[in-house]
Formats: sequence, C-alpha cells, structure tokens
Amino acid sequence: MVGRLVIIGGGMAAGRLLEALAEAGSDWKVTLINAEPRGTYNRIMLSPVLAGEKSYPEIVTHDDAWYRARGVACHFGARVTDIDRAAQTVTLASGTAIGYDRLVIATGAMPLIPPMPGADLEGVIAYRDLEDTERMMGLGAGTRAVVIGGGLLGLEAAAGMASRGVSVTVVHRNSHLLDRQLDPAAAGLLQRDLEARGIRVLTSAMTQEIRGEVGQARALVLEDGTELPCDLLVMAAGIRPNIALAEAAGLACARGILVDAQMRSSDPAILAIGECIEFDGQTFGLVAPVFDHALVAADTLLGRRTAYAIKEVSAKLKVTGCDLFSAGDFEARPGREEIVLHDPLRRRYRRLVIENDRIIGIVLYGDTADGTWFFNMMRDGTEIAPLRDTLIFGPAYQPEQAA
Amino acid sequence: MKDVSSPCEIRSTCPYCGVGCGVILRPDGMGGLTLRGDPDHPANYGRLCSKGSALGETVSLEGRVLAPQVNGQETDWDSALDLVAARFRDTIAAHGPDSVAFYVSGQLLNEDYYVANKLMKGFIGSANIDTNSRLCMASTVAGHKRAFGTDTVPGTYEDLEEADLIVLVGSNLAWCHPVLYQRILAARKERGTKLVVIDPRRTSSCDGAEMHLAIAPGGDVALFNGLLAEIARQGAVDHDFLAHVEGFDAALAAAEAQSLAPAGLSQDEMQAFFDLWIGTEKVVTIFSQGVNQSSSGTDKVNAITNCHLATGRIGKPGLGPFSVTGQPNAMGGREVGGLANMLACHLDLENATHRTAVQGFWDAPTIPQGAGLKAVDMFRAVGEGRIKALWIIHTNPAVSMPDADAVRAAIAGCDFVVVSDITGETDTARLADVLLPASAWAEKEGTVTNSDRTISRQRAALPVPGQARADWDILADVGRRMGWTSAFDFQSTAEIFREYAALSGIAGALGRDFDISGLADLSDSDYEALAPTRWPVSAGKQGGRFFADGKFFHDGGKAKMLALSQRAPVSEIDAEHPFRLNTGRLRDQWHTMTRTARSPRLSAHRPEPFVEIHPEDAARLGIGASDLVRLKNATGSAILRARITSAQRPGELFAPMHWTGETGPTARIDALVPAVTDPVSGQPESKAATVSAAKVEAAWYGFAISARALAPRCDYWTVARAGSGWRAELAGFSQIADWEAEARRLFDCPGAEMQSVTDVARGLTRLAFHENGRLVAALFIAREPVAVMRDYLAHLPGTEAPEAISGRPPADQPDPGPVLCSCFSVGVNTILDAIETQGLRSVDEIGRALQAGTNCGSCKPELAALLERFTTRHAAE
Repeated sequence: MVGRLVIIGGGMAAGRLLEALAEAGSDWKVTLINAEPRGTYNRIMLSPVLAGEKSYPEIVTHDDAWYRARGVACHFGARVTDIDRAAQTVTLASGTAIGYDRLVIATGAMPLIPPMPGADLEGVIAYRDLEDTERMMGLGAGTRAVVIGGGLLGLEAAAGMASRGVSVTVVHRNSHLLDRQLDPAAAGLLQRDLEARGIRVLTSAMTQEIRGEVGQARALVLEDGTELPCDLLVMAAGIRPNIALAEAAGLACARGILVDAQMRSSDPAILAIGECIEFDGQTFGLVAPVFDHALVAADTLLGRRTAYAIKEVSAKLKVTGCDLFSAGDFEARPGREEIVLHDPLRRRYRRLVIENDRIIGIVLYGDTADGTWFFNMMRDGTEIAPLRDTLIFGPAYQPEQAA
Repeated sequence: MKDVSSPCEIRSTCPYCGVGCGVILRPDGMGGLTLRGDPDHPANYGRLCSKGSALGETVSLEGRVLAPQVNGQETDWDSALDLVAARFRDTIAAHGPDSVAFYVSGQLLNEDYYVANKLMKGFIGSANIDTNSRLCMASTVAGHKRAFGTDTVPGTYEDLEEADLIVLVGSNLAWCHPVLYQRILAARKERGTKLVVIDPRRTSSCDGAEMHLAIAPGGDVALFNGLLAEIARQGAVDHDFLAHVEGFDAALAAAEAQSLAPAGLSQDEMQAFFDLWIGTEKVVTIFSQGVNQSSSGTDKVNAITNCHLATGRIGKPGLGPFSVTGQPNAMGGREVGGLANMLACHLDLENATHRTAVQGFWDAPTIPQGAGLKAVDMFRAVGEGRIKALWIIHTNPAVSMPDADAVRAAIAGCDFVVVSDITGETDTARLADVLLPASAWAEKEGTVTNSDRTISRQRAALPVPGQARADWDILADVGRRMGWTSAFDFQSTAEIFREYAALSGIAGALGRDFDISGLADLSDSDYEALAPTRWPVSAGKQGGRFFADGKFFHDGGKAKMLALSQRAPVSEIDAEHPFRLNTGRLRDQWHTMTRTARSPRLSAHRPEPFVEIHPEDAARLGIGASDLVRLKNATGSAILRARITSAQRPGELFAPMHWTGETGPTARIDALVPAVTDPVSGQPESKAATVSAAKVEAAWYGFAISARALAPRCDYWTVARAGSGWRAELAGFSQIADWEAEARRLFDCPGAEMQSVTDVARGLTRLAFHENGRLVAALFIAREPVAVMRDYLAHLPGTEAPEAISGRPPADQPDPGPVLCSCFSVGVNTILDAIETQGLRSVDEIGRALQAGTNCGSCKPELAALLERFTTRHAAE
C-alpha cells in the first residue's frame, strides 16, 4: 500500500522524521508543508549565524535537491488553514486541499508575547526563524536593542547582536538569568561575562509598555519607570506550543497536542511531534527530545511499535565564551543533596544535585568539558558514593580505576 | 686546621645530637649558609644526617628575638640586665640563695655553661642550676659514677667499628644518632658486625639486625641480670679483671635471684642473645634514652656496666659499655658541672676538698655544701613558690618536662622568670618576664663535647643579628651587675676556656678523670684553630680509652658492680589506664622543633604528631587509620593521629615528644608523663606513663595549606612547614557555621579570591584562596579525617595552582607521596613506582635510580622496609 503522508511544519522534527523514513526506505508518499519559505535548517544554529560565526547555507540540513531525490512534494511559504479530519484533508491558505492517510503535525512553538501595550508595534520581533535573525543582523553598529527574556534564546540573541556592535539591554523578570537552567550563582557568573561584553543586564525587571513613534517601537518602559530606548525589541520571554490548527481540528490538547507513546494524537490518523506536543504532562523546547519524537513517529508510520520515553536532556548556551551545561532536575528539595563548586579563578561553576547517591541534576558554567561525563553518569544512574569527594572535578581527578 | 678549601668556609659543629659531627659552613653573604660534613672530623668523617644536612634551612631570622624584652616590650640591654641583676639580688637577699635557680641546656657551649655554673655555685652560692640533660643523661651520669667513680665514657667511636657485636639497648640509633648508625653499617659491610636491638618497639634500627628483642618496658635490669648470671654460668667471668672490681659476688647473687619474666621475652630469644653476647669478646653495648629515661635508669646503666666489668670488656678497642647522648653538649654540661648534683670538672659537691679547691680557684665568696634541686624538684619548687626567680636558658621546659602542664603553670606563676633564647615563639619564652635575645648556633663561638669525649670548636659563620648576644656574655654581664666584677670580667670564649681548662687541672690533680689542663695555656689563635680533641689532655694522658688498666676513680681505685633487682615502671597498668605510653624522637625532628620545624624538608617526614598503636588494640578500640585518638591519665591528656603498626607491642603506645603549644597544643606529650624520677639520678621516667586511649569523634576534620603562617584556634590542630609555606591538620568538636569567615580569619586573607566546593550532606567544604593568581591558602574540611594528597598540596602555596582545590593532582600528574628521603625530597610513591617499573631490588639500586638514601643514609632502613613490603606484596599476589 502506498499511503499519503502529509507533514505540517518544516522544522527540525519534520526534518528528522523525513530522514528516518528515507533511511528505512518507506513507501509513504510524502507532502511537506512549511510556513517558512524554505526547507529544514538547523534552527539551533541560528545563533552562530547571528553572531557571524556561521552563514545560513552552512546550517541548511535539507535543500531542494534532498527533497527531490526522495520524492518529497514541498509546499514552502504555505500556511495550512484547516484540517478536515473526516475527509482526511488539509487546506492551504491558497485553497489547495491535500488529502492524507496519515497526517503529522509538527508546527513547533510560538514565542510567548507578554501582553503589554505596544507589543504589536513594528520593530518588535521574536527570535524563531531566519527572518528574525536577519532582522537582528541588519542592525548597524551603534544602534540599540532590547531583549525581553534572559533565557537561552534571549541571551543568544543579545550576545549575537552585541557582537555586531549593537548596544544591547537584556530585561529579565526573574532575579537571575537562565532561571530554568542555572542557579543564582552560575547565573551571576554568566551575567558578569555578558556584562564584560558590553551587554547591560537588568534582572527582576518588570516590563510595562513598549513606547513607539509612528508605529515603530522606540523604547521599553519598565514598571519602575526606567525607559530603555531601542531600535529593535526582541521578545524572548518563552515559547508555547503552536496548537491552533490542532485545536481547531478538535484534537485533544492541553498545553500542547496530547500524544501517546507512539506520537499519536487523539485521532489515530494524526500524529504530532516536536515542540507542539505534550506528553506525560511535559512540553519540549530542546532538540534532543524533538528528534526522539521524530524517530518514534517514523516507527509508528512504519508499522513498528516503539514507545517514546522521556530521557534526560541537557541544555547548552550557544554564546561563544559563555559555556554552560545544564541537565536534569536541580531544584532544591528535601532528600536532595548537592555538591557545588564555585571557581571564579577559572571562571567556572559546577553544581551537581544528588539523590540516593546518584546524580539527578547538573549545572556547569564556564567549563563544560566534563558535561558529557556527568550526563552519562546521570543517565546511567551510576552510584557516585565512591567518587563523591572528587566527583565535582570531573574524570581527570578520579582515581585510576574509576576514571 | 683553619685551612679549609676556601677562605670563606668555616669549620664548626652540628647543633643537634651528641654525635658531635663536624660541619663546614659557607655563608652565602645574604644571611644564609650552605654546609657539608667535615671530612676531617673524627665524629663523622664528612657524613651528615638529614637534620644536619638541612641546617641551612634553619638559620633565617624568621621568629628571632632581636632585642631584650621586659613584659613583652622591647628595651635596651642595660635596662633588661639591671632588672635581672636587681631581681636576683633582691630575691637572694630576702629569701636566700636557694630561692633562685638556673635551668639551662645541653645546647649551651662549654664556655656558656662554665660561666653559668660559676655564677650560680660560686657566687650566688646555690647549687640550683640544673640542665635539660637531666631529662636525657642523668641516669648515665649516676650509673657511671656508681660503677667507675666518675662520669666517664670509657670508649671511643672507633670501638663501634672494631666491634664484632653491637647491642643497642633503648636506642633507635638509626634515627637519633644516624651518623653513628651509618658508621656501624659501614663497618658491618667490612667485617660483618652483628647487630642486636633491645627495644620494645621495632624501630628503623632493627632493619637488618641479627636480633630484635622486643623487651617489655622496664625489663632491662632483668635481662642484663640474666646475662650476668649466664656469664657466670658459662664461666665467662674475667677473674683477673675482677681484681679491679668490687661487688661482684653481691651483684651476681642478685642477678641469679632475678626472675627473667619481667623482660617479657621468650627463653629462646634470651638464650640466643646471652650466647651471642658471651661468645663475642668484642661487644659494645650502646645505650640511650630507653635506658636513661626510667625510674630504674641508673640501675639499668649499672646492669649493663656489671656485665662489661664481669667480663673485663671495657676500655679496649671494640668493646665496652657506650652511652650516646642526646644533645650537642650534654657531655660538656656534665664536665663543666651544669648539673645540680655536680660541682665542676667532675668534682663532687659532697666532697669538702673538692669544694675548697674550686672555691679557692674561683676566689668565690661561697660554695654550696650539697646538691641543688634537680629539674623535676626544681620546677616543683617553682610551683610551690620556693623558687622565686628563675632563669631558663635555651630550653623549653613548659613542653619537655614531665607533667608539662603543671610545669607550664609553675613557670607562669613564678615571681620573676628570665628566658634567654633565640626566639620568643616557644611555650616557655611566652611566659617570660624578661626575654633576652641570645645569639644562635651559627653565630656562636665556643666548644662542645660529644659522646666520645671529643671537644670540638663551634665557630661563628653568620653575624649576630640585632642586639643578640652570646650567652656567656649575657651571664657574665649579669654577674658583674650583681657585684662580682672581676670574677666575670671575661672578654672572650678563649679566656673562659683557659680558666675552665686550668680548673680541670685541679680536678686532675685531685684524681679525677676530666683533665684538660693541657689546653689551659692555649693562645687566642691556638683556641681559634683548635682541632677536635678527645679528653683527657694532660701531662699524663692524651685522649684514648679509660679503664683497660683497671684503674677506676672510686676511693681505692676499683670499679664497682652493683647488686640490682628489676623494678617495674612506677605508673601501673590498670583497668582505667590499660596502655603503657612510650615517647621518643623522630628521624627528622629535634627536641621542641624550634629549629627543625623551620625546615620544610625535615617537616615533610612526619608532619603531624601521632600515636603508634598495635593493630589488635586499634581494632578493639574501633580506631582506624588516621583517626584521632585521645590519650588520658591523671596528669594530662593529648589528642594524636593514629598510626596503626605492628612495630608496637600490644598494650603499648608510642608518641613523639617534639610537638608544642606552637606546633600542636594537644600533642604536648609530656603533659601525660608523670613527674616520676629515678631515685638515684633524678631523671624522669619519660617512657612509661600509663594512659587510656579512645577514638576521638570530631564534628569535622580539616587539612590546610598556607603561604603565610597561620593561627588555628580549633580543638585539635598542628602546623608544619611545607614547601614555601605551612600545612596544618585541624579538627573540631562543634560545627562551624561559616567556613569562609573562619578560613579568611585563619589565613588572614580577607580580600583573596576564593574557590569553594561544598557538599553539605557529606560535611565537605573546600576553600582555596588566591591573590594575584597565586594560591595563598586552602582549607579542606570533611566529616571524616580528610582524604587529600597532602604532600602534593603542601608544595602549592605561592604558586599558580587553580587546581589545588581538587585536593589531588590531575590523573596525569603522579603524587610523590610522603617524603621518605629528606635530603633529596623523594616521596614514598616515587620510590614504590621506581621499584615496580625499574625492577629495583636493593637500597643501593634505589639510590642509583633516585638518589634517595645516598646523602645521609638516615632513610636507608625505611627504604629497605619499603622494598620488603613491595616484595612481600608481590610474592603474595
């Protein structure tokens, strides 16, 4: 049977799914619909592009030739307006209807725009795609930018613009940067490093409104009255799963599209993968689980029964010179122990969260070379008691038999 | 003899043990010096031990007192000495001459000693001058006098090389007199000298010995009585020689009545020893503190001399009883008369003729009629307020006396205490009302006498710093200020020496052994050039040995054998105090460490005080390796690190005697030693306290390194020099809330950049402090004894060491381990690694590969033990 497979979204999840299907030599006749006017590129490498360390062509993973060679029908720059589950068709903004036997929703996530006056002004952008990146790259030296959100994406945007001579201010609600990845100590080191690059960082800063002139954003005003003039305002206050289409189609959704361990939505003909889904109460924002979704979905489509399980993931900040590594759960809770290394001399910080003699959380800042070693121990549930006193220093400091 | 290979080289004598090695000093022009062994000196022929080799590291002015101090305030000499003279004069006027005392030291030179003795006995008119040699040699002095009539060492060092059997009794010669031990090892290679060690502990001296008799503490009299009885039984008595000896029958009867059980040895062991001793004509019986520091020390000495007298084995090449002394000038002090029960030049206080002769010679206003207070009694009198003015010179009784806490309190409570020393940083000097800055070893001129009666010059190689003055000069100045101007009008050490030598001529004329009147007319330049000279030096006799001719110094000219019976140590083992505590020296430290602790190399061998305990005892008490142990008895208590070793007999402990309030306040081991003395010699029983032992459960343990001196305040601490800084062991009984604040105070580095590791659940905290990119200090805290690579860390302060906080070298950098060879700073791990990877099979091969053991040789026994450990381990695998 040659079935029709339609994929909505051309991000990294879709790209990995296509690869897996191609590698398996599947018979699916695939149609790929992407709202961006291009195929899949390595989105997580946008920051190096912004920083001028890479060029766009270098991060393209699937070009036209790739799709052509694998018989993938592509609709790029095309927006899906409707899913008709009964008819098993999707309708594009152009009116074209495409029938499917299986549909994969991979619509990713949307930037979370805090509701505030002026959020719709020109000069307010998110940081999601190449277009956003190019807007930032277009700022000349001496211009001013404000980034709302001191998370991974916001800081990468800030660092990238700063490296181009833009005067950047990062405005962060929480008391420390990267509050989901770092504890206050590591965040302090990071903030010091960012400030050394000329980036101004305001933490515990509440935004009030964006002021504009003739439709153009000109300044961010904080609750305390501080006015931060800007030529560009980058919203990086978080993401939320893009579930509009799925919801409209009546698929079960919570924060994201609810899927089972085979990536099937409440409609067995429709799968969902990537940042738009919710599994076991969790949503996803990093590339590693998204790839896992794609592989599980490929198996489902290939008639293999693979069960998805959430794995430990690690996060890195792609700002050259501000290496950090974060994985697992590092909330302080009763029963949890922690080993903390503060090392301003070597500009590094490490924190391991321990439960039942095993690593459950890792925060490394400044020197992440040992991240994989810790990560593997966490993933494998290695008992750390014998190494405990020197564990934090990494594999080079373990007795021979343990290294 | 002044002709040395370079005009800027100066021949002098090492200031440590009684071997009296010659050294050649070369000042570096910047206040320091380098040195080597004097190849021409008859004590060492160029050899030096680890301590002597490191002397150059100990001469800095760090910690030196450079001006007189009164009540902690610097002042000038006139003010200080006027005060000393006035207080002594007033005290004597009000309370009589016996209300004052001098407590002096075996580190004084003969000339210093002579002036001190003359001042006290001839002019103040009391015999209350005693020396720390009381803690060291008094039983030998008493034993010699009982046996020979005078305190005479019969033999010479050459005897050690001509002997066929050497018996070490209560002597860890390999560590405490390393150069003599090396001479014996060299002779052993030549002629196969047999070596027997009699010691409760299996020490480094036992390495390669034919026999180690692990005698029960205090069992020596029983063993040597057994030997004497066996000598008679085997017909080995020299009846011809007995013509020169009194008391044989009674001595033998007592010996035959003696049970051998107190020796704690098997019949076979003892028989083998008896047979070897009796069967070897050329036998030297060396004895030291294991014999002397005992409530039956004098009897032990005589039990040994009895055997040599009975067999006529005395005074001839390669045989005889041989006392080795602990201090550089213990012998000189005995000769000069620096003991409360001696007069001068081996003359006796109790002898009216002697007193008259000395008083006449000195033109002295007075002379005491009998013995003064010996050390233990002296400090008891200080504590009871009977001694009201006390002058302590170059010794640290607040640490080294038995019942040290009580002695410290006594000194603190004394009306007027003068301390002469080179540093104010001693437990004793901190108690002084007047602290007088004395010149130090490398700055002093004079003479010392070693264990084989060789008088050697000590010569100044460095300028006297600040306002420091020589001891003879300070003492003579006080004598003049007290009104005895002409008697103390000394201008030089040569002048003092001539007077001393002249006095000895009177002793010689009165039939005493100590006669160096042949040196009484030395010119200043002769004195300056004086080569090492063994006494006597008189018209009748030049050096050599005593007593082969059967002429002794008792009235009647005969030697005496004594009827002896074994007495157990005074402190009894009981349920509350089940352990017998032995104390003693380490290889690389000396006395209270005021000099050796300045050397990082010497400090590396045993950087922390410890207690050695047998594995069975440790297991029973739940004491693991590197746990802290509290020792306790009615006298005091101590906290020490456990070293678990089968070298210790079960039920017995050993702790080193070197640590002080400055270096380890809970390791002042003499605080546990009761003030029990030998009834004849007054020497304390320093090696036989009884104590309880228990594991200490501290709330936290710490290890620290620091580029600067550090001032711990916790319940347990010890500090040692290391690399260019210090290392410290710490522990506390209560939790510290803010380690950063504590550490910044400890290291005095309020502004330093800090690295930290915390593992609250494990009780682990590590803090490292850096200034200008260099490590200034690091602190490692754990709930158990801290496991870090100390010897690696110890060298990091002052260097760029961002990794120090890890507590260990990265995997690609080996840890050298604890230093075993101090001369070349070679660590245990380095040696073990070389043994394994290079297939080294002998101590000599280790030396060729790593240099270890090739300078002083003091570590050779430990190298051999390491080889054996390795071989055994691999044979077992």
